[in-house]
Amino acid sequence: MADTPLQFAGREDEAEPQITVAGVLVNAVKGAVADVQDYAMLCGRTLVTLVTPPFYLQDVLQQMDSIGAGSLPIILLSGFFIGAVMVLQTGAQFTRFGQTSLTGDVVAIALVRELGPSLTGLLVTGRCATGIASELGSMLVTEQVDAMRAMGTDPVRKLVAPRVIATLLTLPLLTAMTDFMGLLGGCVASVFSLRLTAVEFWRRAIDALDFADIMQGFTKPFFFAFILATIGCYKGLTVRGGTQGVGRATTQAAVLSSVMIIVADAFLTKVALYFADKLF
Amino acid sequence: MAATRPMTSALTSSSDSGPTIKFERVRIRFEGRDILREVSFRVQERETLVLLGETGTGKTLSLKLAAGLLRPSRGNIQVLGRDISGMAERDLLAFRRQIGFVFQEGALFDSMTVGENVAYRLHEDRVKSDEIEPRVREVLRFVELEHTLDLFPSELSGGMRRRVSIARALINQPPIVLYDSPTAGLDPVTSQTIITLILRLRDVFGVTALLATQRLQDGFALANFRYDATTKRVVHSVSNGNAAGAARMAATRFLVLRDGGVYFEGGQEELADTKDEYLKRFLV
Repeated sequence: MADTPLQFAGREDEAEPQITVAGVLVNAVKGAVADVQDYAMLCGRTLVTLVTPPFYLQDVLQQMDSIGAGSLPIILLSGFFIGAVMVLQTGAQFTRFGQTSLTGDVVAIALVRELGPSLTGLLVTGRCATGIASELGSMLVTEQVDAMRAMGTDPVRKLVAPRVIATLLTLPLLTAMTDFMGLLGGCVASVFSLRLTAVEFWRRAIDALDFADIMQGFTKPFFFAFILATIGCYKGLTVRGGTQGVGRATTQAAVLSSVMIIVADAFLTKVALYFADKLF
Repeated sequence: MAATRPMTSALTSSSDSGPTIKFERVRIRFEGRDILREVSFRVQERETLVLLGETGTGKTLSLKLAAGLLRPSRGNIQVLGRDISGMAERDLLAFRRQIGFVFQEGALFDSMTVGENVAYRLHEDRVKSDEIEPRVREVLRFVELEHTLDLFPSELSGGMRRRVSIARALINQPPIVLYDSPTAGLDPVTSQTIITLILRLRDVFGVTALLATQRLQDGFALANFRYDATTKRVVHSVSNGNAAGAARMAATRFLVLRDGGVYFEGGQEELADTKDEYLKRFLV
């Protein structure tokens, strides 16, 4: 990415060796390591810009509108039906044991602890990480990023930081909306499918949750937000190969962010359960 | 800009008498290949250096190096008396505010209007909002595009985008302007309009310029003509029998890049009278 804002120019490339299988593998590994290094440096620079002026508040608000408010319809709709499907699936099993009243407990715990944060992260990834990558990638190939640097603006500060801040602020709120809509969808499905009363469903759902569940459910979105926003920005700012490269970067941003969110979820769950055990 | 900050105040730049831009044995490599090798040249204050060369010879790279957008693998680059090849990115960001850069395709921010594009740097510099609009209007008037203030770049023609890009580069009156193929892909009439703007900037405001182009006629136009601020017309440099004065006022030199190195450096006469077969290809 020698001619991108993330270039660490002056880094001299070695002359291409004769093509062999081992050579190709070594180059692939080197490329992957260099990618990780560049991504880590972007994350580091982003974290610095989050706490040092100047800040682009207007850009943050614009991005919050785009990422947060813009994602609300898909979040509300998906959340509602995820809750409903959970009730339909679990309710059928509980009916066999005459324990349909437990449906509220299961839906609440599963949604708040796990499904709410991870599904919201994945949905927002599909909508926003790709959008960020394609937007920044297009700016890069049309030299708008270079123009920004030429006018004395740090692209990490102007383009990356507002998107990261906006995602960090909105994803937990969107997760809360997913949780609520999921419970609402579960309640509707319980009433019409399992003949539970709405009061009973909500009482069981609320009673089932404790502070550790809430903590777990609302800690994860911050990590997921950072992952999806930084990967989207990184892929956008490292586009190579013109408009075709933008398409490729967009796909990579979606795939990589989704995979990383799922991987991070596994580790975060383990850590959260450990702390829940120790602290609460 | 009108009353409070006239554009003519722009060009009191480097206080030292050395070159405004100096490349010393600059080399840059990408993917194992030298794109520029041992490139050295100087651009004096108020001088225009025309970088000629075929596609891929490193003209745009040279401009980006001069603006500090890229760092050389080796060598030294001085701009306005400061060594920028080893400067930290943070310092470079501040330093680049003294340089205007006109990108080949304009590189206008497509989500902003023309007015917002031109005002971008002023907003970055936290200029008072009541100062911004008059200054934006003045530079847009300079490029004869004041009526496009509220349009988006996508609504402009290619030539208009280049002119807006020039206006954007001028807004804070930089002493140096770098032009990357400003007439590439434009029709002759629009190209002439762009060249006239460059002449005005050079002759009225004394801008030091590096201009990358594949079109020799652009360079010859800069060498042979000047903008007369009194009559507000482009005139031949030797008109009124004042050729020496015109040459002193705004020298134009040529530098031809080939295979990553400097192939030719000199004035218009040397280039026009060359016997070199490669250089003659530019003259056809």
